[in-house]
Amino acid sequence: MAQKSYRQAINEALHAEMARDPNVILMGEDLTGGAGGSGVQDAWGGPFGVTRGLLGAYGPERVRDTPISEAAFIGAAAGAALTGLRPVAEIMFIDFLGVCFDQIMNQAAKFRYMFGGRARTPLVIRATYGAGTRAGSQHTQALHPILTHIPGLKVVMPSTPYDAKGLLIQAIRDDDPVMFLEHKMLYDMVGEVPDRSYTIPFAEARVVRDGKDVLLIGLGRMAHIAEAAAEELARNGISACVIDPRTTSPLDVETLVEFAEKIGRVVIVDEANPRCSVAADISAILCEQCFDALKGPIRMVTAPHTPVPYAPNLEDAYIPSAARVVEAAQSLLRTR
Amino acid sequence: MSALQFPRERIIGIYRSMRLIRRFEERLMEEMSTGDIPGNTHLYAGQEASAVGVCLALREDDYISSTHRGHGHSIAKGCEIDAMMAELFGRATGTCAGKGGSQHIADLRKGMLGANGIVAGGAPITCGAALSAKLRGTEQVAVAFAGDGAMNEGVMAESFNLAKIWMLPIIFVIENNGYGEATANAHVSAGSFTRRAEGYDIPTDEVDGTDVFAVYEATRVAVERARTGGGPTLLHIHVPRYFGHYSGDPDTYRSADEKGEMRKNRDCLRLFRSRVEGAALLEGADLDQVEAEVEDQINQAVAAARAAPRPDAAALHTDVYVKYM
Repeated sequence: MAQKSYRQAINEALHAEMARDPNVILMGEDLTGGAGGSGVQDAWGGPFGVTRGLLGAYGPERVRDTPISEAAFIGAAAGAALTGLRPVAEIMFIDFLGVCFDQIMNQAAKFRYMFGGRARTPLVIRATYGAGTRAGSQHTQALHPILTHIPGLKVVMPSTPYDAKGLLIQAIRDDDPVMFLEHKMLYDMVGEVPDRSYTIPFAEARVVRDGKDVLLIGLGRMAHIAEAAAEELARNGISACVIDPRTTSPLDVETLVEFAEKIGRVVIVDEANPRCSVAADISAILCEQCFDALKGPIRMVTAPHTPVPYAPNLEDAYIPSAARVVEAAQSLLRTR
Repeated sequence: MSALQFPRERIIGIYRSMRLIRRFEERLMEEMSTGDIPGNTHLYAGQEASAVGVCLALREDDYISSTHRGHGHSIAKGCEIDAMMAELFGRATGTCAGKGGSQHIADLRKGMLGANGIVAGGAPITCGAALSAKLRGTEQVAVAFAGDGAMNEGVMAESFNLAKIWMLPIIFVIENNGYGEATANAHVSAGSFTRRAEGYDIPTDEVDGTDVFAVYEATRVAVERARTGGGPTLLHIHVPRYFGHYSGDPDTYRSADEKGEMRKNRDCLRLFRSRVEGAALLEGADLDQVEAEVEDQINQAVAAARAAPRPDAAALHTDVYVKYM
């Protein structure tokens, strides 16, 4: 099977769906880069090169570089979705949610319910998230907990190139508003991605590796940190199971409960801040649904309750590490 | 063609729409005191000529979005009175099955994209509807109604810019009733609304919102521009607000003189009557008959709403998503 980057996988999904359905349009800041300039068109191919080549294939009517007006174009995407199109809008950094949240939280997410079930809003909002880029506090957050909290939104956070393509195609074909979160540190990750189109249903967690001593649940990029921790644990004779939920809303509660019950020790790894987080939420769900099967407290390995710092040593300390996951797993195994 | 030259039945229709809105709102104000209507509501009475004049210039498949003060726009665009009344009573037969209420009345089949509880929230959504129409090549036009208060929300400025650079078939209708909630517009608004839009090279018009014919004429020009690829227009329509900001508002911040003058001299229904009777287009008896029919229609809507079932308890959980799990 072909080896492709996470970036390429997303690009392929957009290509495939735009070719398949003329109602799919793209809008965002510098989706092409260079629009109206005196030099090269599609100069950037998106701020992270994800949307390169789509302008040439589908033209400026369907691939729209917007003004830096997130509230206006995210709202416009919602309105276009309500009236027959399938827009895929891009928020360059999820942090910019701060200037367009009304259109997501109060408008797009609630149309269907407020209008008595008589609306469909097939809207995808792609956004980058995550720390590790030395970009300071306003270009690095992991805000999936805020989005997961809101009824009417679906929240997807792929961790591999394969999942990115399948989940994005699923998101574009979905009839509800979907937040599609791409971790910046994963764009260059390479993995197997079929050339053909395929979908991955939401609420189907991926069992990254099976194991019997401890369950590591890793969200988004943290699935890889959990996997690295599992390798380390294996070298110490500890068998760790790793699960990537892939979507936080809807969440595959069934699989998480099944494995938590079977294994009894759970560590949840999340790059978001810890309070009112998806990690805290999964912990609460497992406590409620399989408390008796737990052999110890559920451990959360998360970012601290701070903004993301700039200095590399501080930012590195902010992001959950495999060493911290190993330590949490080992401490769980010491309790009886 | 001026609306004054419309066939007789169509001119009667204009009065019927305005009268329906007036009586719908007055009746809601009365029904509020019975305790049968949950919550509060923002009444459109006084502003009827604006909604009716604008919608008169639209096609049935054109889009509008509305505000928290949205009953008038909904009625003018053709939403059903019975369903709207049932919605306000919180009944299953309502426009939104009882789940939206006053601030979220929407009927996509009528091109009504929703009232909105967030001031200026509808402007970008309407840009999206206009973009959708443009890309689908349907020649539909979209109207974003907003109040004077909305003009001080940043998203309006973003929407003006987006509408102009994309040459969207959209009309921003700013209904200025002089007050954003309880604060006078002059106290919180700098400069001029039309000059703000003109800064984006968006054509504008100042319109007397008590004159339904003037509103129609200004909208007709804007619709023609939008439908033929000429891009956005802003209409600044000056209207009186008969009641307080919301139905429970004692409205003490406006003087008795101001309120008295408004009702005496700026009643769009009375002005319509004298205009059409003066021009011998209709007779008083024609309009009296419309009033009697409207009265029956409102009475029936209230009775039907009271008799309608409340939403089933299971409805709490439905329609959050098209499909979730």
